[in-house]
Amino acid sequence: MTHPPLLAHFNARTFALHGLCTAVLCCLIALTLQTVGQGGWDAQLVYSLAVGLISWLVIDLGRLLLARHQAVAWPSGWRGPVLVLAGIAAGALLGGAIGRRYRGDAQPFSLGRALTSPDGLTTLALTAAISIAMCLVLFHRGKAQELQRAMVQSQRDAAEARLKLLEAQLEPHMVFNTLANLRVLIASDAPRAEAMLDHFIAYLRATLDGSRAPQHALRTEYARLADYLALMAVRMGARLRYQLELPEALAGAAVPALLLQPLVENAIRHGLEPQIAGGEIVVRARATQDGRQLLLEVLDNGAGLAAEPPDIAAVPGQRHFGLEQVRERLLTLYGSQAQLSLQARAEGGTRCSVILPLQTGSTP
Amino acid sequence: MIFPARALIAEDEPLLRQALEQALARAWPQLEIVASVGDGLSAVREALALQPDVLFFDIRMPGQSGLEAAAELADAWPDPGQGGTPFPALVLVTAYDQYAVQAFEAQAMDYVLKPVQPARLQMTVQRLQRLLARRAAIPPAAAPQHMERTLAQLRQLLQVPATPAPPALRLAVIQAGAGAHIALVPVDEVLYFEAADKYVRVLTAGHEYLIRTPLKELSAQLDPEQFWQIHRSTLVRASAIRAALRDESGRLQLQLRGRTEQLSVSRLYAHRFKAM
Repeated sequence: MTHPPLLAHFNARTFALHGLCTAVLCCLIALTLQTVGQGGWDAQLVYSLAVGLISWLVIDLGRLLLARHQAVAWPSGWRGPVLVLAGIAAGALLGGAIGRRYRGDAQPFSLGRALTSPDGLTTLALTAAISIAMCLVLFHRGKAQELQRAMVQSQRDAAEARLKLLEAQLEPHMVFNTLANLRVLIASDAPRAEAMLDHFIAYLRATLDGSRAPQHALRTEYARLADYLALMAVRMGARLRYQLELPEALAGAAVPALLLQPLVENAIRHGLEPQIAGGEIVVRARATQDGRQLLLEVLDNGAGLAAEPPDIAAVPGQRHFGLEQVRERLLTLYGSQAQLSLQARAEGGTRCSVILPLQTGSTP
Repeated sequence: MIFPARALIAEDEPLLRQALEQALARAWPQLEIVASVGDGLSAVREALALQPDVLFFDIRMPGQSGLEAAAELADAWPDPGQGGTPFPALVLVTAYDQYAVQAFEAQAMDYVLKPVQPARLQMTVQRLQRLLARRAAIPPAAAPQHMERTLAQLRQLLQVPATPAPPALRLAVIQAGAGAHIALVPVDEVLYFEAADKYVRVLTAGHEYLIRTPLKELSAQLDPEQFWQIHRSTLVRASAIRAALRDESGRLQLQLRGRTEQLSVSRLYAHRFKAM
């Protein structure tokens, strides 16, 4: 662990500003005391300033020192109030002594007198008032700064997450390979190029349409998968075989839009692509026995969970981003009522299954 | 001067394979495509059998990646210094790999982006023609230098990890399952790690353990000064190496302190063993 510098939160400008505020506050108090007739103005001023500035110095430097490990520049727990008391005590004792000295009061300090004489009580009240006011200001300022920092950070995080999501949905590698295939087909097989382009347009529209409904019918979800798989089939040729199985009774069930696509992409990328012979993808939907849940499965007979192709293009942490994103969406939408699981199949390959509440109705 | 040359293409997408063949036929009519394959294993096999002058290897391929295929080929290639054919010029092909492209640029590696742009391919072809012409003009004795350059490029591109784990995150103890119990093996006792199919063998002076952590992941957690990669499937403790010997085929073999078997060093990593 690295140790932060002793005064990690120190900032010369704010420090000077705090000092100035304290001094002004002290002058105002001296003025008030003077008008109610408590001694000469110069003595009052010295007295106030000495008490106030010493309290402030102790508290402001103390909090910076004590809070150097924390995000908010104010000591946590019991340390805060203790620091305030220490500041008040230091101000009253030291500042009081300086004040009395200036007035030519040669009497040594006595606790009894400080607590009983009107003079002593004034000092104490004064110090306490200044200190507490200063502390409240410091505390709130520190908190506001910290809140602002946190807000900027969370905005940055959100932007980062959006970018990652877009990259996961629209992998550049996939886009450029599709375009490369199209380029060949335009010259050699124009009708096939046109069909591929139509699938690609439908795929892009579904992926990039930010205004899309959060949910759509399972039938629509399957149509989007069909677009994606048709694109991939042109690219992979005989190495990709697929079946989309959808019972008519479930075609209208509502599902989160494009929920299955990242799962199918995963199955191709990590299951089929590493295999020389390729493989088969099956997407299946069925209702659970009690009819209350929808079970969606993406099955492949590919490389399985353990085999991950070494890939110099892989960004660390991004490999399972698609899967994580599906898991998070399910959690946000259904809480504990939905789940996603990934299992190795006994016959080889991977089974990815999603269970979510079955909502049949008139979903577009 | 336009050179007659022979090329091998390795690309898993059938249409793109066809596209590259067509584009090359236009850009370099004298180039004979001796084989087009769809995976990284066939690429090595065919290249060894046909000994082409130029290789076009896709990066992402089933079986093994284009880079791994190139490394395996470099290892198995007959020694060019002893009258063998020079190692082919390698061109990597990729659709979009920002990181890969940065790496290729850094290593001055030839590459082609998909979709193939005729103008860009023309530049690559001209560079290849110049390279082959230069190579034909030099005596065969200089051929190993060319191979050494390709080896250095591949070594950099295959280097894992690019930034080794900081000492704090390094592995101190290997936990190996052995039937019903877990054996704890201090890394300090390990002499070498060897990838074998789905496992990694962990060898100490007296024992052998099996773990499932892939070698790549393991090497990221070890001190690269302590454990040297000497083959794509072997990491050996540098201080356990007693001697490096060249066998009759010119390959380096390592003798270890504490083990009787010898470990073979891949050509890719042979540069580590030179007399001071």
